[in-house]
Amino acid sequence: MKLIKLLVLIPALLLSAYSTTDAQIAVKGETVYTMAGDPISNGVVLIKDGKIERVGSASSINIPSNYEVYEAMVVTPGLIDAHSVVGLAGYLNVDADQDQLETSNPIQPELRAMDAYNAREALVGHLRNHGITTVHTGHGPGALISGQTMIVKTTGNTVQDALVDSTTMLAFTLGNNLSRAFSKPGTRAKGIAMLRQELIKAQDYLEKRNSDNPPSRDIGMDALADLLEGKIKALVTVHRAHDIMSAIRLQEEFGFPMVLDGVAEAYLIMDELKEAGYPIVVHPTMIRPGGDAKNASMETPGKLYEAGIPIAFQSGFEGYVPKTRVVLYEAGLAAANGLGMENALKVLTIDAAELLEIDNRVGSLEAGKDADVAMFDGDPLEYLTKVTGVIINGEKVK
Amino acid sequence: MPLLCLTVNTNYDIHIMKPIRSLLLAVACVLLFGVNGFSQSTPQAFTGAQIIPISGEPINNGVLVVHNGKITAVGGSNTRIPNNADVHDVSGKVIMPGLVDTHSHIGEGDGGDRSAAMHPDARIMDSINPRSDSFKRALAGGITSVNVMPGSGLLISGQTVYLKLRDANTIEDMLLVVDEENNIYGGLKMANGTNPMGSGPRPGTRAKAAAMVRDLYVQAQEYKKKIDAADGDESKMPPRNLQLETLVEVLEGKRTVHNHTHKHQDILTAVRLSQEFGYRLVLQHVSEAWKVADEIAEAGVSASIITLDSFGGKVEAAEIKNSNGAILEDAGVLVGFHTDDGITDSRLFLRSAAVGVKNGMSRQKALEAVTIANAKMMDIDDRTGTLEKGKDGDFIILSGDPLSVYTHVEETWIEGAKVWDRANEEDRKYATGGYQIYPGTIHTHHEGGSQ
Repeated sequence: MKLIKLLVLIPALLLSAYSTTDAQIAVKGETVYTMAGDPISNGVVLIKDGKIERVGSASSINIPSNYEVYEAMVVTPGLIDAHSVVGLAGYLNVDADQDQLETSNPIQPELRAMDAYNAREALVGHLRNHGITTVHTGHGPGALISGQTMIVKTTGNTVQDALVDSTTMLAFTLGNNLSRAFSKPGTRAKGIAMLRQELIKAQDYLEKRNSDNPPSRDIGMDALADLLEGKIKALVTVHRAHDIMSAIRLQEEFGFPMVLDGVAEAYLIMDELKEAGYPIVVHPTMIRPGGDAKNASMETPGKLYEAGIPIAFQSGFEGYVPKTRVVLYEAGLAAANGLGMENALKVLTIDAAELLEIDNRVGSLEAGKDADVAMFDGDPLEYLTKVTGVIINGEKVK
Repeated sequence: MPLLCLTVNTNYDIHIMKPIRSLLLAVACVLLFGVNGFSQSTPQAFTGAQIIPISGEPINNGVLVVHNGKITAVGGSNTRIPNNADVHDVSGKVIMPGLVDTHSHIGEGDGGDRSAAMHPDARIMDSINPRSDSFKRALAGGITSVNVMPGSGLLISGQTVYLKLRDANTIEDMLLVVDEENNIYGGLKMANGTNPMGSGPRPGTRAKAAAMVRDLYVQAQEYKKKIDAADGDESKMPPRNLQLETLVEVLEGKRTVHNHTHKHQDILTAVRLSQEFGYRLVLQHVSEAWKVADEIAEAGVSASIITLDSFGGKVEAAEIKNSNGAILEDAGVLVGFHTDDGITDSRLFLRSAAVGVKNGMSRQKALEAVTIANAKMMDIDDRTGTLEKGKDGDFIILSGDPLSVYTHVEETWIEGAKVWDRANEEDRKYATGGYQIYPGTIHTHHEGGSQ
């Protein structure tokens, strides 16, 4: 798995560096939210060779004459969507463009996101136009284990161009949100039993894989063994409080790294969540109050943040209209319902980067990081504010 | 006596009164104030807010007075406040008309019976649950009047109903338009494009769909001829036919057609049929309005549109644009927004106006598009949709600019009675959501429509 990751990553890095070698850009902002310290009034972000060269106040930075200059009222790091299915789910919502959920088997950890991702999908461009530069996307909710996820930039002609991380998490779903296409499980307890059985098999497989006499390769077992070894994480989509407790029970039995996803009833078990400390990719603030998420509250992001639980925003999965949500808008409603504007911006950028463990590359405007920048004509979260520019890897893409 | 009437009619203090006394008082109040039992005998005055009347420029530090369910005064700070009025200081707030939603699926109503492709006789009012929590979602979003419709899965799925979201035990308590003579309580839902196409009794192609609709309307024209020929003579009247009777109401302009339509050619088909039979048409959704805005304007029909956070989700919405509002405004079309709840959330209806402005609409037209424009489409603009003397006391109090994400609806008033108050913890939950607030009342057109 790691080998695949590297093989994909190296050319991706080379390509992105190659395509942006001439890009020398200065972005001036009346307010620059660097997410690494206080906002800078009249700030400048210098960009060279796809990376951030320098960030500071206009008075402290001389913009070289050969730099292309863009100006905006508000400048932020490129925004991060911490869980989506775009690229696997297409906008037309017909069989030919829906690859986020394979229904031949409820447990398929071997399914790789990059084998399905369409870098040219219109919804990817839609997110990019909203200032979202990095997306954690892949197999969606609806199966006990639907497959793998990955992290991409919202640019590039191919998945190789776009990749940041090829194998980020395994997508689990607990509760009553499984596709009806599966003949089993029919109940919650059976679902957990099936997962436990599979993870016990994976424990045996891992033990043999680490022995002198490794077993013949099983790509599904490899993925689960990587999970048990902590090389990848479980992204567990779960909403009801009792199902969240089942997720915690499962994690404690097998010890894998876990990120909770959705978590509509988090407010019922705040103490347990706080103690367990799992990061949470919280449900879209505007999620429809139905199904397992019927008890969702717009105040949950604010409450989780206040409790000190690491959170990030997601566009999630939409089965109908609209085909994707936009984390910028979800963050706005969260801000208005207890989270506050500056916290919401933090959750949209550096906090999401830390949760996804890509904060060495993205999430803040700091020298050496990828030059991913979003520009706005006002408070980024306001209904009337427009995205006026987007830069990814030092390249102006809007 | 007037004070006691207030106690009954505001629905808040009834519980402290003996039931029989309540009944007597209620009867007395009805006698005093007529059938509109939602009147209040003590004038209610609101001072200090910015008032956005829609019918005119915003008034800073304005005064709104409501009495007996009606608006009795709107104006600047020097507006006369009756001596006996309850004065509410709402300085720093914004007051605007209660919102009007031209297309919603709240109320748990059904409709779209698959036994046939056309059911003009089916009334959604016969299926709505007046106690549905989904009505609270609308109140929390500032919606006071709503057109509740059956779905779009049939060419004619049935009769819609126009409601005021009063506290209600029965659907009759909520009716907005009561035409006793004709029993008309709303419009007629029609649909074209792919939604009403399919297997069974439904058409398989667009041309067949139009032919089926035309055939039924031609029958209605023939039926109307017989009625006209009878000239009031009962013995000469044709046998009653509920389907054709309803379509005759449409032909006579007593009932408006709300036609679900997305693609440009389907929009024009809806227009063509309305012109052939001469009925009043409100286009609903109109995703590709931007392609045929001039044609819509020329036809003189109105457009009730939706804003979405992304295009797609279905092939027909693949080319929807949030600039539809601006383009229709420029073309001179009467344009309004709708929630299509649960496609978009009634709690966030004002957001539609903001999306409209962000994408080029004027602020005035965008605010009209959640109030008076929609009232016009429902023929209730003489009663609601603006803050003007003589209109129903339907208004909302906002914490700030209606087009800001940070603004909350704080109070919703209908006919002079407060029906939702964010300061009340029980009411507030309907704005934020939470445990067992919305136990499965969401309507989506698709299973698994939410995460």
